[in-house]
Amino acid sequence: MALAFDEFGRPFIIIKEQEQKTRLRGIEAQKANISAGKAVARILRTSLGPKGMDKILQSPDADVTITNDGATILEQMDVDNQIAKLMVELSRSQDYEIGDGTTGVVVMAGALLEQAEWLLERGIHPIRIAEGYEMASRIAVEHLERIARTFDFGPTNIEPLVQTCMTTLSSKIVNRCKRLFAEISVKAVLSVADLERKDVNLDLIKVEGKVGGKLEDTELIYGITVDKDMSHPQMPKQIEDAKIAILTCPFEPPKPKTKHKVEIDTVEKFQTLRLQEQKYFDDMVQKCKDVGATLVICQWGFDDEANHLLMHHNLPAVRWVGGVELELIAIATGGRIVPRFQELTPEKLGRAGLVREKSFGTTKDKMLYIEHCANSRAVTIFIRGGNKMVIEETKRSIHDALCVARNLIRNNSIVYGGGSAEISCSIAVEAAADKYPGVEQYAIRAFADALDSVPMALAENSGLQPIETLSAVKSQQIKDNNPYFGIDCNDVGTNDMREQNVFETLIGKQQQILLATQVVKMILKIDDVISPSDY
Amino acid sequence: MAIGKILKDDASEEKGERARMASFVGVIAITDLVKTTLGPKGMDKILQSTGRGHEVTVTNDGATILKSLHIDNPAAEVLIDISKVQDDEVGDGTTSVVVLAGELLREAEKLVAAKIHPMTIISGYCMPAECAHNALLQRVVDNKENAEKFKSDLMKIAMTTLSSKILSQDKEHFAQLAVDAVMRLKGSTNLEAIQIIKKPGGSLKDSFLDEGFILDKKIGLGQPKRIENAKILVANTAMDTDKVKIYGARVCVDSMSKVAEIEGAEKEKMREKVQKIIAHGINCFVNRQLIYNFPEELFANAGILAIEHADFDGIERLFLVTGGELASTFDNPESIKLGHCKLIEEIMIGEDKLIHFSGVEMGQACTVVLRGASHHVLDEAERSLHDALCVLSQTVNDTRVLLGGGWPEMVMAKEVDDLARKTPGKKSHAIEAFSRALVAIPTIIADNAGLDSADLVSQLRVEHHKEGCNAGIDVISGSVGDMAELGISESFKVKLAVLLSATEAAEMILKVDEIISCGPRRREDRM
Repeated sequence: MALAFDEFGRPFIIIKEQEQKTRLRGIEAQKANISAGKAVARILRTSLGPKGMDKILQSPDADVTITNDGATILEQMDVDNQIAKLMVELSRSQDYEIGDGTTGVVVMAGALLEQAEWLLERGIHPIRIAEGYEMASRIAVEHLERIARTFDFGPTNIEPLVQTCMTTLSSKIVNRCKRLFAEISVKAVLSVADLERKDVNLDLIKVEGKVGGKLEDTELIYGITVDKDMSHPQMPKQIEDAKIAILTCPFEPPKPKTKHKVEIDTVEKFQTLRLQEQKYFDDMVQKCKDVGATLVICQWGFDDEANHLLMHHNLPAVRWVGGVELELIAIATGGRIVPRFQELTPEKLGRAGLVREKSFGTTKDKMLYIEHCANSRAVTIFIRGGNKMVIEETKRSIHDALCVARNLIRNNSIVYGGGSAEISCSIAVEAAADKYPGVEQYAIRAFADALDSVPMALAENSGLQPIETLSAVKSQQIKDNNPYFGIDCNDVGTNDMREQNVFETLIGKQQQILLATQVVKMILKIDDVISPSDY
Repeated sequence: MAIGKILKDDASEEKGERARMASFVGVIAITDLVKTTLGPKGMDKILQSTGRGHEVTVTNDGATILKSLHIDNPAAEVLIDISKVQDDEVGDGTTSVVVLAGELLREAEKLVAAKIHPMTIISGYCMPAECAHNALLQRVVDNKENAEKFKSDLMKIAMTTLSSKILSQDKEHFAQLAVDAVMRLKGSTNLEAIQIIKKPGGSLKDSFLDEGFILDKKIGLGQPKRIENAKILVANTAMDTDKVKIYGARVCVDSMSKVAEIEGAEKEKMREKVQKIIAHGINCFVNRQLIYNFPEELFANAGILAIEHADFDGIERLFLVTGGELASTFDNPESIKLGHCKLIEEIMIGEDKLIHFSGVEMGQACTVVLRGASHHVLDEAERSLHDALCVLSQTVNDTRVLLGGGWPEMVMAKEVDDLARKTPGKKSHAIEAFSRALVAIPTIIADNAGLDSADLVSQLRVEHHKEGCNAGIDVISGSVGDMAELGISESFKVKLAVLLSATEAAEMILKVDEIISCGPRRREDRM
């Protein structure tokens, strides 16, 4: 191992405690890394596409997650291998950047690694492979831009957006009512979108879930829901035209942060202190009342006395509302968050058309709906479902759909799905390969083969003959010079993805190819792995 | 570095067939466990906790059984979860939902063994769920208009629900009790307003519904034990020492006499508070917090009944009952609404003294006093009654009613069978399997009653091919009977929830082809 000899022939140690470490170098290291990457990709391969299967993941605390979202699976897997961790990172960055296609990117990377292994065995240097991949990815990305189509939509014409979201959702558990969910997602995104600046702040969309009911009961609420109820059980459950005071100060006597003492040494002082305290409560409530608030939402708790006084003055109140929700409420109602009672003014109040309390099921779960807000820019998607796992999975699916819709608003170029884009790229890369002199040609060709693996996996998961289907589609694409033929996963009867209305965003696809190539390049460049061995 | 070494040491991974097998095994084990509790002749289970004292619960409530199990199978956990949700959402049918999901998966396993792809099965399960739903919708009876008939429907539902529980001997008595209690709620689903007090002793038959309100508290010493035309003030305020709440305040004195002065002032403050309370013109004061001896004495002197430490639920119910308002400050008596009731007295149930409020203004809340031989009986009785109350309160809101005794399952099975015949392709196998899973429920009911299920179910099937048939399994006589005549009904909402969440869960489990479990979290060594 890492043992060297100095000029006097004495051995000296380069790596500390080397007997406790295992080390792999050269081709061995690359092969080990590749096989680890492939293993991760293999786990996700069956989750790809509309007929992809789910995975059950059991956390260390025995909580069960059922999902087919690539990023979630990888994140929850107890991964130990460093290379496998790189793949996890890969899928995560796709999730952050695009939000969808997390499975596809890993499958793609896996296929690239598999091809690289072949080339390594034929004695091609890893760096040359990496360079070849780099060139090929550039060709593919350019080609994608060529076959991309822009499509028009507007606040009135949302159908194209709904179609795209449906493609995303069709691989998820909500497949059964994907139309409903796609519409909800698109409406939600459009209502918070800034079409001028082409920007969407997804933070304004809150996704809430509650078990019970069925998936079809899921609804989009133009407003905010808060998982809280009125602080006093006898306060009115419904307020119309509410003027909301949003407070971050507690309804309690002040607690100055500097240390202090109030000394009581005479009866009079005791008396005055008592009066002051009473007056303090009265003042607080009176202030809220004076500015014309009809609902108080507070981040902190109330003293019993304050609670009663609020009730007494017919001023409904909600306590212990979380900071994030408070901000959303402020945005939605156009109010300001007020940190001190003194600063309460009528202009700072938020407005909402309707605030109501709704109870669910046989338990006394209650939620507060704040609807018809002054500024309808904040919306809530409220998911119902048979069990906890369904709801969690639905939340993830909705997140994906939201991301897709957002990406389309940012950049309305699309490519067609069902593997058609990959096949088309593969043809383009293959054709370009011959023009390159040198060993890179092989790598570029391998890249083309790797691109084929995505439609192959799609076909496999849909129960079709992978090789037969792929070759049929490929020849059709070349023959008709039409890049829109893909795998017919749902057995509709046509391979033309334009007719099936299956498409994905251009940025998503491009990112997939670029990210996968980058990771593979990184893995290929490693030629030495030193890790502490098991003891 | 071997290929297998991607996951951490303790983590395990099961793939494809093996993963599917693991989930099927888990699900079927759970189903078989609760299967025997289904139906009027279902058996109970004893659950012994692993905690100290090894407490024992005897129950046949599906949700309760499943909640107490320690399961190490992810698929089984899905089933437990749906049963829990069913309990929260509609309150009853917790066993049926698990059994139906289990049967769906049992049938799916056979199909998978016959080389049909799980995805095909899933899409095959979607269609009949929709179709069964429609079939039920066509047959529902809605007696919303007719109050008299609706009440008898409620009565029937309550009896059907209770017949599978420990209360089946006195089901008429309890059904009446439950219906009365729910009717008082006037459409609200807030079961908090129905208080259940358990007192061991006597027999189940001695249980009764009290129109008024019973508070499990004692009356303060030296205070009147009986008040007529009571005016009640319900409060949530400190009646021990009324502390000054301004932060950092503390008493600092330099002589003993000052201490006495301050103490005097404190006492004076309390006396003032009590005076203010008395000034409301009340003769009963209920506080959520402690009442110290000193104010209690003041109240006693004024002839006011003071009750301390009423728990939060009690308070909430109390103002539901009496129409009063929860008060914490007492400066302006004119604006506080007082509660009223005709009579407050101390009553004895068994050996315990309770406070009874009768002749209350708003009749929303009421109290059910359960009597029974042992704690186990009482606990189970409470669970059963809770189920019945839940179902009834849901039915009041969604008044659609179906017949019971396996009738809805047979109706659905027939429709689904018809659908299977019309559907081309491999899906039809899955649809047929769905119908078989539905028929499994009457089969299990018959089996549990010790009847010849094969014979009975085939008879039922024949009956159901006639138009407008009401046939179901009559467990008592052991034959096929007319469910409408026997008065066995079930709530539509419960059946629908069972159907939907069972299908959802089955689909979810079927879609899985890999199980990855992390190693259990290690306990940190603190050595």
